[in-house]
Amino acid sequence: MISKKACAGWAAAILSKGVNLVDYNATRISFSWDAARRELDGLPGGGLNIAHEAIDRHANGSRRNQVALRWLDKAGQAHDFTYLGLQELTNRFANVLQGLGVGKGDRVFVLASRIPELYITALGTLKNGSVFCPLFSAFGPEPIRARMAIGEAKVLVTTDTLYYRKIEQQRDRLPQLEHILLVNEEGETTIVANTHDFKSLLDAADDHFTISPTDPEDIALLHFTSGTTGKPKGAVHVHAAVIAHQSTAKFALDLQPDDIFWCTADPGWVTGTSYGIIAPLTIGATLIVDREEFEVERWYRILQDHKVNVWYTAPTAIRMMMKFGIELPRKYDVSQLRFMASVGEPLNPEAVLWGVKAFDQPFHDNWWQTETGGIMIANYAAMDIKPGSMGKPLPGIEATIVRHTEAGQVVILDEPGQEGELALRVGWPSMFRAYLGEDERYQKCFVDDWYLSGDLARRDEDGYFWFIGRADDVIKSAGHLIGPFEVESVLMEHPAVVEAGVIGKPDPVFMEVVKAFVVLKPTHVANEALRRELLAHARKRLGATVAPKEIEFRNDLPKTRSGKIMRRLLKAQELGLPEGDTSMLEDRRMPHE
Amino acid sequence: MNKNELRQHITETLLEIAPDVEIAKLDPAVSFRDQFEIDSVDFLNFVLALEKRLGIKISEIDYPKLSSVRGCLSYLAMESGEDPKVS
Repeated sequence: MISKKACAGWAAAILSKGVNLVDYNATRISFSWDAARRELDGLPGGGLNIAHEAIDRHANGSRRNQVALRWLDKAGQAHDFTYLGLQELTNRFANVLQGLGVGKGDRVFVLASRIPELYITALGTLKNGSVFCPLFSAFGPEPIRARMAIGEAKVLVTTDTLYYRKIEQQRDRLPQLEHILLVNEEGETTIVANTHDFKSLLDAADDHFTISPTDPEDIALLHFTSGTTGKPKGAVHVHAAVIAHQSTAKFALDLQPDDIFWCTADPGWVTGTSYGIIAPLTIGATLIVDREEFEVERWYRILQDHKVNVWYTAPTAIRMMMKFGIELPRKYDVSQLRFMASVGEPLNPEAVLWGVKAFDQPFHDNWWQTETGGIMIANYAAMDIKPGSMGKPLPGIEATIVRHTEAGQVVILDEPGQEGELALRVGWPSMFRAYLGEDERYQKCFVDDWYLSGDLARRDEDGYFWFIGRADDVIKSAGHLIGPFEVESVLMEHPAVVEAGVIGKPDPVFMEVVKAFVVLKPTHVANEALRRELLAHARKRLGATVAPKEIEFRNDLPKTRSGKIMRRLLKAQELGLPEGDTSMLEDRRMPHE
Repeated sequence: MNKNELRQHITETLLEIAPDVEIAKLDPAVSFRDQFEIDSVDFLNFVLALEKRLGIKISEIDYPKLSSVRGCLSYLAMESGEDPKVS
């Protein structure tokens, strides 16, 4: 039996190796965001641009020949891109955008797996002063359309395969989309009407580019996230976010120059951009990118063969690895591995400690959101981990627990152990600056100087934070945030459906899976054929990740007096909880609606 | 159980989890992931449903072998002691 003590021992051992954050209290006192800003170069003529910090300053200096990005193709073959090589490619892409008449603030979307072109597009877009908007490639046509419409996509970079599957049939519904650039994953030239071939444009472009003047407050990134109701929200981040990306990666991931760093997250989600592209490059590390999805032995082989030092992964993947047993990781030499972290949903204590059995070190959980842009609360390397806790606020971050008052204000709960909403004092550089086009929704996230996270938590007597649950109905499944409304809307498009209510059903591996309760029109009969038809409809429209995994037919759904479906009651019924327990939750204010 | 029956079970299980799959277009040699939308939840559900349907226990370590129709056929034939050289 491995106890909490094992984790404490680990912290002592790691201190002897030299870590970025040693004295937590002293660093919190001495830390300032201005000082963190001074660790970056800034643009030669003033201003701050993420791509300059991530690429150009290294390419123009002593790191030029260091591998910036090592890409593993389907077969696991490594393809290296040095900082200099990446500079030239991203310069070319910025010139491609210029040639297409794409300018500052214009939105460039990417819908692709983790292929090199995604990374070239991301950084080239930022050089051009345009806005990078990643989409998760497993989204179905509807989530893609909704996000591109809200984001007013001007350019889309995707693969020919995904174009045929998800874009072609709805192109006329995206009137603002001017250019589509297609990548063929086998390296062939694409010839598709009304699109450009990515490779041909890149090859023809100049590899010199001067980054456009960039103010730190210029928009850089647009990340979509889901709320309980309404449309997806486009969280706007600015170039100043790179200050937090660098600083938090140093503190929470203990990332150091020359590290070989593997972030397994897809850039379609904020982790895969903040820490799967920007932070490691800014620090001067080598970034590992794997084209393929989770496969247990492939992952262990990557850790071993590429001598990964720092590994940032997710609870679902860790719990999948646990299912395969302890003998398997022990067959691989991962002695280079210095630090392991996890994000996406709370990491259960068993999984934290399984790290010790499998890799001789615990997983370090941390907490943040699309809106925060970077890690806010973490189990950092030198601290004694309390398995199951999200850790402590990083230097520069003030976190607290609040309770809402009837007057619309918040009261800070100072006493340890009290449950409430997790709130952060505004002012860190990677805080979102808007929900695109939805100021009212944005303003609702703030009271006084506090950003209200929508997550319920408590802080213990030692200052550790513990996640309790969401204050709203958003579903967390396999590290993805899924809005129930988006799923319900698509189900209700089906001619047989009169009503739908969607919840997250607790799951031991994936935290939650999407479950839909459906009421049929009287003309339709509930049977297996119809269940499959609805499932197929939802999967085609939403994609496998967002679509429900379970559909249950009901005669009616519980509703409030005003006619709103009570998802919490559905969830309580699903869990066999007394329904009265949810009445209090029902009254809770939902800041993200 | 002969090969055709086995294939029938595999495709039926697949349709239970992902009824959007066009079985007729499925290339048995290519992984599911490269042909249609299937996420990690679906794949795990597929393996569990296959276990239930066939009344067998599939070890976690063998899961990756079940990532295509051909992979499933080979693995399941081997498990039942039949000729694994199925196409």
